[in-house]
Amino acid sequence: MNERVRRLRRQSVETHPYISSERAELMTQFYQSGAAWCESVPVTRAMAFQHLMEHKTVYIGDGELIVGEKGHAPKATPTYPELCCHTLSDLDILNSREKTSFAVSPEVRKVYAETIIPFWQGRTMRERIFREMTDEWKATYEAGLFTEFMEQRSPGHTVLDDKIYRKGMLDFKQDIQRSLDSLDYFNDPQAYAKQEELKAMRICAEALIRFAERHAEKARAMAEQESDPQRKAELERIAQVCSHVPAHAPRDFWEALQYYWFVHLGVTTEMNPWDSFNPGRLDQHLYPFYRRGLDEGTLTAEQAEELLQCFWVKFNNQPAPPKVGVTAAESGTYTDFAQINSGGLKEDGSDGVNEVTFLVLDVIEQMRLVQPSSSIQVSKKNPDRFIKRATKIIRTGFGQPSVFNCDLIVQELVRMGKSVADARNGGSSGCVEVGAFGKESYILTGYFNLPKVLELTLNNGVDPRTGRRLGPQTGDPEQFETFEQLFEAFRRQVNYIMDIKMRGNNVIEQLYATYMPAPFLSILIDDCIAEGKDYHDGGARYNTNYVQGVGLGTITDALTAIRYHVFDHKSLRMPQLLAALHNNFEGDEPLRQTLLERTPKYGNDDDYADDVMRSVFEVYFEAVDGRPNTKGGRYHINLLPTTVHVYFGSVIGATPDGRKAGLPLSEGVSPVQGADRYGPTAVLKSAAKMDHARTGGTLLNMKFNPQVLDGEESLDKLTQLIRSYFRLDGHHIQFNVVDAETLREAQKHPEQNRDLIVRVAGYSDYFVDLGRDLQNEIIARTEQKAL
Amino acid sequence: MVTLVKTEHDGQSAYSHLRTATHGRAPASDAQGIFFDIKKYAIHDGPGIRTTVFFKGCPLRCRWCHNPESWQAMPESSFRQGRCVRCGRCEAVCQGQAITFPDGYPVTDVEKCVLCGRCAVECPAGAREIIGQQMTVAEVMAEVVKDVIFYDQSGGGVTFSGGEPLMQGDFLLALLNRCRAEGIHTAVDTTCHAKGDLVRRVAEVADLFLCDIKHMDSPIHERYTGVPNDLILANLRTLAEAGKKVVVRIPIVPGFNDDPVNIENTARFAQSLPTVKRIDILPYNRGGLEKSVRLTAGFDLMEGESPSDEQMAEIARTLRGYGFEVTIGG
Repeated sequence: MNERVRRLRRQSVETHPYISSERAELMTQFYQSGAAWCESVPVTRAMAFQHLMEHKTVYIGDGELIVGEKGHAPKATPTYPELCCHTLSDLDILNSREKTSFAVSPEVRKVYAETIIPFWQGRTMRERIFREMTDEWKATYEAGLFTEFMEQRSPGHTVLDDKIYRKGMLDFKQDIQRSLDSLDYFNDPQAYAKQEELKAMRICAEALIRFAERHAEKARAMAEQESDPQRKAELERIAQVCSHVPAHAPRDFWEALQYYWFVHLGVTTEMNPWDSFNPGRLDQHLYPFYRRGLDEGTLTAEQAEELLQCFWVKFNNQPAPPKVGVTAAESGTYTDFAQINSGGLKEDGSDGVNEVTFLVLDVIEQMRLVQPSSSIQVSKKNPDRFIKRATKIIRTGFGQPSVFNCDLIVQELVRMGKSVADARNGGSSGCVEVGAFGKESYILTGYFNLPKVLELTLNNGVDPRTGRRLGPQTGDPEQFETFEQLFEAFRRQVNYIMDIKMRGNNVIEQLYATYMPAPFLSILIDDCIAEGKDYHDGGARYNTNYVQGVGLGTITDALTAIRYHVFDHKSLRMPQLLAALHNNFEGDEPLRQTLLERTPKYGNDDDYADDVMRSVFEVYFEAVDGRPNTKGGRYHINLLPTTVHVYFGSVIGATPDGRKAGLPLSEGVSPVQGADRYGPTAVLKSAAKMDHARTGGTLLNMKFNPQVLDGEESLDKLTQLIRSYFRLDGHHIQFNVVDAETLREAQKHPEQNRDLIVRVAGYSDYFVDLGRDLQNEIIARTEQKAL
Repeated sequence: MVTLVKTEHDGQSAYSHLRTATHGRAPASDAQGIFFDIKKYAIHDGPGIRTTVFFKGCPLRCRWCHNPESWQAMPESSFRQGRCVRCGRCEAVCQGQAITFPDGYPVTDVEKCVLCGRCAVECPAGAREIIGQQMTVAEVMAEVVKDVIFYDQSGGGVTFSGGEPLMQGDFLLALLNRCRAEGIHTAVDTTCHAKGDLVRRVAEVADLFLCDIKHMDSPIHERYTGVPNDLILANLRTLAEAGKKVVVRIPIVPGFNDDPVNIENTARFAQSLPTVKRIDILPYNRGGLEKSVRLTAGFDLMEGESPSDEQMAEIARTLRGYGFEVTIGG
């Protein structure tokens, strides 16, 4: 890392995120001007976008090579009042909350109080959405049975393919014109709607060109003032680059990166899409530019690396849009889940790993930033050295890159209706969700709280926290004679709650299609231009909605405990269990210990528990998969939690797996924290008993101590562990290499850290099973390793 | 309608707690061995990803042992105070009336304990364990084959360790034969303190040997392990001359065997064995002391210090000088 990159990186890491009211002010100005009321909705949205691109501050930082910011400067975070408008109390929470706070200056607060809030109150998408939701929806939503992604952010989950490396915005304008020219006003009743959408796209394409040109102007002006000849030359180069892209297709490595970055800013300025917009297979997209540059002598590997490093800093400069309402207090991350993929397959099915792949991995390791997030896509066709290179980064312990099974993802995408070529060009994004890059709108619609549904089942449809009836009467659990009866009641509750969620989803989707189209994003995703249809209205070639199941480990262990103790062994009577749950195990610690320690658990390669997991999976799959959405696509399932397992746990009382009230649920498809006792192979075997091929993504977290990954041989073995899980058709795995702090926590709370494996000496063991001296020694060693 | 997923298996729960035998495993009719652990993802006991099966019972009494629960060839009682919820169930079910609660925590009288195992079954928190479980060949194999995909992928297999696996020679041979039939690579981690004839028979069916050389001087060896080393060194030669691949392992115990003379002598001896290409050196740690306090029976273990990283690196350098591939920590 050279001095320039070090400085830019330091600035990005050390600048505290703060709220910028610029976008909100410009948006308000535009809508107040009256211009908004004369045109169709898509054209209005395009004009709003144009207004932003024409007037937002152009920032070129000292030493930067890749330019452009979402706010007016690095870490200045814009807001989206037309979607959800922060109240003054939201701003105060953001300003003062302990974790991931956003500074709010008195000036911003004043602008909000005087201009933004008075104008937008009552007019936001969020309020529109809540107005349209049924009482049932509100009750179940408030009880924490599910969340709704689109109440604060627009549906945007998508990733870019290679099209911007072949076409400039001027080329897209030609495509748009061709589509306009071919509209059949005599026979197509949608022709007018298509015309307005296409006009909107055209305005947006021009707006992005203008935005780049403003950067070129600024760079030229700065160059004239610049006394340092080297920086002067760089600024002139920046001006040339910004005059060429995005208007035209990029000619070299630098232009390719800068073009993508303008597009990224366009998409995330137009709206605040959930989430993770990213360049997709960056290594494959950049490879031709890299190769040509090296061959022609116009680029060196060092220059390419430096440009990539500057590009990385750009992502880190953009914290995720801050939330409003309850989640403003809870949301625990700045990251916006832009996940850059490496490796995998090429469109023709051959090995996709190239020189840029390794360059990207080097950059990930050197930069060590939380954003962008990174992943490797592993195919059986990729060489081991590619995975091993990644494991070396994993060992350094910042949770990246995560590891995906590319061959399985192709299967998943093909099952969901993609062509083989589109599937191979696809991959994972966000956390673990799969989609066809550049061709699909794949929307995460909300998390679904599976253990909470069991709590309803055990209370005959009533939420014990509030006494309110939320689900149907599926029977008094004390009267169930078999486990099958209980399980059937659970299945009915799942379907009932899911119906409520689906009804809400269908309305919200239509609200976005009608009132909040995304014409800029629509330019980028096939086949919105050809169809003359918006991304939010089914314009994409593929349209998938996901509902993400949460708490698989918890629900499995809870049901398993009931099956084992109440029905199979009859060692526990249902009334006793229900009373203990009601009392949060107060006064019955032996029962809780029996449930924790003397019960089969998911994650141990034990069919007794794993069969229950498979049954739960089938229930969830049946409740969601294949349902139509309003964009002509279908619903599918994911199993991932991000951080919602903490919130979901907080709304559930004690559970039959021995978990006390309010504690977090298990995350993703990982076992309950501490429930797996037989090491990583047993966890992988258990997790692989689920049919990952019928999901759109599952998340598996595994914790290792750095000493377990010491030396070359252990990396070879980790590589083969990953290969084995993927032979078993696992979807994803990520490794948390623990730090000394985590180990100290484990010392204090052994019961929550039973799964923590550490290297002792010549062998590995569960950390919590070691004596205190040895634990302390390992903590000390771990601290050393981190240095 | 509900369709519950059910895997076809033999009717018994596949859930097996080796240490605690709490799920009422039916006693098997055929021969049983005794084990104290089966560890998955063992990555320091031979090539690839392995499962290590720990036999219980050892002819040596190494004073630095980190697995003192492996010494006795019979089940024994263990107690982890940190997990105890002080419910008193162990006292109530104890068949020998060996358990009392003098100051809030249970204390077991070794003389009275009949190892009935009831306390371990009843303990809700897993604080009480019976270490050592009797298992048949079929039961051990059922655990071993679960990870075949990992062995296949990584070039791994199963390692029989201990304790001393050759102390249960017939059982070890039966397991080795079953593994050979299943195509699973086998390693035997042994003290080599066993009859030469048995060593030869084991060598016919095992793929790899991991053998300790603890000290080259027989009287010192005897003082620290309870046995002289001549049988051990002779068996090592037998294995090497039979063409068996052997990895030599040296536990580095400061004050016992870490002096340069002994290291050089060990290296020279290993050089005389044609099939030894690799030496693993393993730093002493105090894990055994901690485990021993959980065991009801007492142990005479030394309180040593772990060797420093620099010392381990120095020893590795010396051994590499003799042409060996050397790994620290196995």
